[in-house]
Amino acid sequence: MSENNHISINKEVLVKVEGLSKKFCKDLKTSLWYGVKDLVSGVFGSSEERELRPKEFWAVKDINFELRRGECLGLIGHNGAGKSTLLKILNGLINPDAGKVTIKGRVGALIELGAGFNPILSGRENIYNNGAILGFTRKEIDAKLNEIIEFAELEEFIDMPIQHYSSGMKVRLGFAVAAQMEPDVLIIDEVLAVGDLGFILKCFKTIDTILPHTAVIFVSHSMPMVSRICSQIILMEQGCSQFNGDDVGKAIDLYYKRFTNNESNIVFDDGSLILDKVDIINVKNDNSLIQVNWGDDLCIDLLFTNNTLTELPAFSLTIFDKEQRPVALLTPNTLESEIQFNENNIQFRVIHKKLQLSKGVYSINVSVNNMKSKEPYLRINSILDFQIINDLETWPPFLLEANYSKK
Amino acid sequence: MALKTRVYQKERTIKFGKLLIESLSDMFKSRFLARQLAERDIKAMYRQSYLGIIWAFVTPLATAAVWVFLNNSGTVRLSDTGIPYPVYAFSGTLIWSIIVASINSPMQSTQAAKGILTKINFPKEALLLSGVYKLLFDSSIKILLLILFVFIYGVGFHWSLFLFPIAIIGAILFGTTLGLFLTPIGLLYKDIGKIITFGMQFLMYVTPVVYAIPKTGIMKTIMEWNPITPIILTARDLVVGFSPIYVVDFLIVLMICIPLLFLGLIIYRISIPIIVERLSA
Repeated sequence: MSENNHISINKEVLVKVEGLSKKFCKDLKTSLWYGVKDLVSGVFGSSEERELRPKEFWAVKDINFELRRGECLGLIGHNGAGKSTLLKILNGLINPDAGKVTIKGRVGALIELGAGFNPILSGRENIYNNGAILGFTRKEIDAKLNEIIEFAELEEFIDMPIQHYSSGMKVRLGFAVAAQMEPDVLIIDEVLAVGDLGFILKCFKTIDTILPHTAVIFVSHSMPMVSRICSQIILMEQGCSQFNGDDVGKAIDLYYKRFTNNESNIVFDDGSLILDKVDIINVKNDNSLIQVNWGDDLCIDLLFTNNTLTELPAFSLTIFDKEQRPVALLTPNTLESEIQFNENNIQFRVIHKKLQLSKGVYSINVSVNNMKSKEPYLRINSILDFQIINDLETWPPFLLEANYSKK
Repeated sequence: MALKTRVYQKERTIKFGKLLIESLSDMFKSRFLARQLAERDIKAMYRQSYLGIIWAFVTPLATAAVWVFLNNSGTVRLSDTGIPYPVYAFSGTLIWSIIVASINSPMQSTQAAKGILTKINFPKEALLLSGVYKLLFDSSIKILLLILFVFIYGVGFHWSLFLFPIAIIGAILFGTTLGLFLTPIGLLYKDIGKIITFGMQFLMYVTPVVYAIPKTGIMKTIMEWNPITPIILTARDLVVGFSPIYVVDFLIVLMICIPLLFLGLIIYRISIPIIVERLSA
């Protein structure tokens, strides 16, 4: 019985957003004047619908979602898509122009760490300043003070004015205070980007422990992070929701597609050879983005014009993921490789059998070097973008086939 | 445990009573935050300064000194004030400075918190309260200095001195109320701040700050209608031990201020989200 109760509490809807819209004004003077008008209508009350006035636009338009305890909503979209505005409305900082937000429980926001810090005062004093703004009482802070200092790893510097802290140290202190919140709804904007690796890991460990009993709204541009913690996604564009659902992988693919540029760029070129043509063969081509099924062979045809080379150079193809991290290198050719080489052109096919990259969008960089001296001839970034299709959503870059059997 | 539910939507009807209760309860609940903010600002100010508290009264002291000089040198001829002129002038400029500071306080406190207003949801009334705390701190030091003055110039001790802080609280109440009404619009347009600074300079000369109300003439009429007059005069009379003749006007001003203060709080509460939207960084 008690367990049933527990489950029903876990499933309650903590955040409910219906038809939420917010408009902004593009021009400062007009914006201020509208502000005055809104003040007047705010004080006297008005029930009329809000229409767009001249020079206004919808920064957030008709957003709907529900979030339960234990769920995490990822808000993704390019800069200026309306994510932060939406967060501000959810946090109660600004009022919507249409629609309704219902939030239950204590709301914690990791939007800015270290709010209320004064640079002249010591770390210890600023813990109280920041804590007070986050809604702690003096007693609560007194009780948690040591824990905060320890978490921030600042025992040695806690009585130093924080103007002498590094930015990472300030963020650590800010997060340490914020981590003491026990919210029902947690709003996270990208605040954890600063700080060293150890601390970032610590932050995520903390968030992981908070996650199961909190409804989290997470704004990030880091898709691996989003796919790691989010259970549903809203992809925003120009204030509207382009995708809203729990198919995290599909949302991330859509997000990446908006950034696909088929323009390659030449990083280094000494004129020895020119890339004429590059193709992945035996694949379907959807919306100009090449799609390869997971586990299929990757066959790339390359054609170069040879200007000055007299002997076979070494070609290396590197695969990058969309975060611009190199994930794999195809083994370079040797002098014995069957490459069609003459004084006019160089032509070959590279085959990698059973490609096991995980689902996502990748691009290929090519670099051509002298076989012996490694002296570079040509380097081109993103000669080709392709997408791996698979049902399984994973965030490590490789999904390696495995068999399970008895020992 | 029942969870507190918040609803954010476009206001359709405004319930003044409910807003006022929310505002006052938020102010009460945010005592610690307000004190913390006030403490932070005061500490930070004095830690980075050697002259520290002197800056709080250097302006009224200088203004008073100018007028004492003008009077003593015979440049201007002022009617007799019944007490040593330096005490008259300094008490006037000092109380005046407290009123000016109170008018500016709500706007300054809110403006200074712009950075966190656009990022974190906390009871905004704490900003007003922290402003009042800072005013009380500054004023108490000014009062001590004034009392010192009173004794140096041989005006002597009067029991009415104990009522003086009440007059000062009246002055702060008046200033804060006025300031609160100017805050929403002042946060949107910088002009308001300038107009306050500019206007208060002129207003000082139609208030019995450095000279008494004339017996006749247009100035007498203006000064008697000026709501700041009874505050300054009552406060001064209490310090020097005169029977305060304007005490009734003083009480009337305060009685009018209290409902207006409540109205100001409601308007402040309504206007903050609108302002945050326009300030958003």
